[in-house]
Amino acid sequence: MSVLIVAEIAKGAFRKSSLEAISYGSRIASKLEMNAIVLAIGTAADAQLALAGNYGAAKVIKVDHPNFQHPDSGAYTALIADVVASTQSSVVLFTHDNLGKAVAPRLSARLRAGLVSGATALPDLSEGFVVQKNVYSGKAMAAIAITTPVKIISLMPNSVSPVLSQGTAEVEAFSGSADGYKPQTSSRYEHTERDGEISLPEAELVVSAGRGLKGPENWGMIEELAGVLGAATACSRPVSDIGWRPHHEHVGQTGLAIRPNLYIAIGISGAIQHLAGVNGSKVIVVINKDPEAPFFKAADYGIVGDAFEIVPKLTAAIKKLKSAN
Amino acid sequence: MKILVCISQAPDTTSKISFIDNDTRFNDDKVQFIVNPYDEWYALVRALEIKESLGGHVSAISVGGPALETVIRKVLAIGADDAIRIDAEPSDSFGVASAIAEYAKDKGYDLILTGKETIDYNGSEVGGMLAELLGLPFVSLASKLDLSEGKVVLETAAEGGLEIVTAPLPCVISAAKGMAEARIPNMRGIMAARTKPIEVAAGNAPALVQIKKFSLPAPKSSVKLIDPENVEQLVELLHNEAKVI
Ligand SMILES: Cc1cc2nc3c(=O)[nH]c(=O)nc-3n(C[C@H](O)[C@H](O)[C@H](O)COP(=O)(O)OP(=O)(O)OC[C@H]3O[C@@H](n4cnc5c(N)ncnc54)[C@H](O)[C@@H]3O)c2cc1C
Ligand SMILES: Nc1ncnc2c1ncn2[C@@H]1O[C@H](COP(=O)(O)O)[C@@H](O)[C@H]1O
Repeated sequence: MSVLIVAEIAKGAFRKSSLEAISYGSRIASKLEMNAIVLAIGTAADAQLALAGNYGAAKVIKVDHPNFQHPDSGAYTALIADVVASTQSSVVLFTHDNLGKAVAPRLSARLRAGLVSGATALPDLSEGFVVQKNVYSGKAMAAIAITTPVKIISLMPNSVSPVLSQGTAEVEAFSGSADGYKPQTSSRYEHTERDGEISLPEAELVVSAGRGLKGPENWGMIEELAGVLGAATACSRPVSDIGWRPHHEHVGQTGLAIRPNLYIAIGISGAIQHLAGVNGSKVIVVINKDPEAPFFKAADYGIVGDAFEIVPKLTAAIKKLKSAN
Repeated sequence: MKILVCISQAPDTTSKISFIDNDTRFNDDKVQFIVNPYDEWYALVRALEIKESLGGHVSAISVGGPALETVIRKVLAIGADDAIRIDAEPSDSFGVASAIAEYAKDKGYDLILTGKETIDYNGSEVGGMLAELLGLPFVSLASKLDLSEGKVVLETAAEGGLEIVTAPLPCVISAAKGMAEARIPNMRGIMAARTKPIEVAAGNAPALVQIKKFSLPAPKSSVKLIDPENVEQLVELLHNEAKVI
């Protein structure tokens, strides 16, 4: 029996969220005295794939085939179901991102295997198999028992830190033929991100601003602050609705939910729907001129003051810190 | 075009969240329920737009008890032609998907839409499960949906850009922000909704997982306020105390 981790590859290496899933899956495997096996779909050198061993995996099965060039949920599900059978896996792990959201539920229905999506902690194995996740948009948590023979979990990115080990993983090619897994959909990729832009869903540091900034022309100072920090930029919903900022920056209940290490909120009131997308952040800094702004209740650090005065000072202070280190 | 839109209800976004029965059940006392925003704003409205431009029929389906009537009437007021309530009490997403699949399997829908996720369970699960049970293609989190030559053309966010996906009909699609703009029901819609049919169908909702216990996050310790004249102190704290920069 084994634990199977479905890992994603980007630019020839495992994605950070997949390394988290590999480590998480390996820790479950060791508790259950099973092997952790990684299914790596995409193009990467064996030496890169073997790095899964540093995160606790024993073996990597690689599949590099045009049928899996884009995430067709049907083709992925059929392949993963076959690998679950051939590896006799009783636990299957995904990352709770676009791929996980497309494929894990399909696999769950196909295998009649209970799924907990968006897990935030290691399962509790003391009484059955109980997985924790956030519900009510981060306002509560639920402990959910999976009782089916095969169990599926998709792990929320940035919620469980990977544990490094000394191990190595052996890399082998998928033993079957991948030709039969024909995608039902076709797809074309369009690159829209500017060079050097940090992708918001995976960012560790995020600088976000709201309607308090008055107009799109004032985002220069936000981008500068993000630039010196190496942070991604985000915004509140009205700001993207009026078109001051692109839609993909909108965080909150109806936008992206993110869990960075640091979230700096500037001129955002902290409405409950906004908080729903950011309350998983490890540290929250709020800059707002209104001391009564609800965001201060959710913040770790706060400055009551005018963003137009404070942000440039903050940028300067960070520059100073960076040059001193 | 025969379109089926899956509708769930969710506590109004400002509701106070608390639990009863030894923290095993959501306390719905004084809670107002709304149509799950993704289902209403994006999936339903896009379905109506397609019907308006190409003709067809839009049905809404919801799995649950009689209390769903309020959100179903709202959906009819916005413009759905009719609605189905599957009278079952699902306890997980698989239960919802099974009940809908059983109902929809021989009805010949061209397009089945769900929301990206429910804002209470936050699963993003029902659409994929439904597609698998019906043996249909599934594309999740589409922020744009168009019909072209009998196929759907979708946009979904991908790392650093967009994936433009073409899927054959029939298929299941989950709708994310961007697919449409929310509509407010008008008086005529509200009046018309009163006479639109709601079919109540029997169904089963088998479960694969069970919620054991809910809990609330530990209250945040109070905010550390920093003097606006001393911004450097914030940087110092973020570096040495919080260790995030
Ligand atoms: C169903 C539903 C879903 C929603 N989903 C989302 C969502 O996903 N994400 C989201 O963000 N919102 C969402 N909203 C909207 C949300 O309720 C708020 O309206 C929104 O978050 C407010 O945005 P804001 O804080 O930028 O603007 P405002 O509420 O206008 O706040 C502006 C803030 O800036 C401060 N300010 C003004 N000038 C300055 C200055 N010079 N310096 C410093 N501070 C200043 C003000 O004190 C104020 O606190 C949703 C609402 C509903 C009903
Ligand atoms: N009880 C229900 N009845 C009908 N559709 C539902 C129900 N619950 C969830 N859905 C649909 O499935 C989507 C995803 O829900 P979830 O998997 O719970 O995040 C929702 O946006 C709805 O479109």
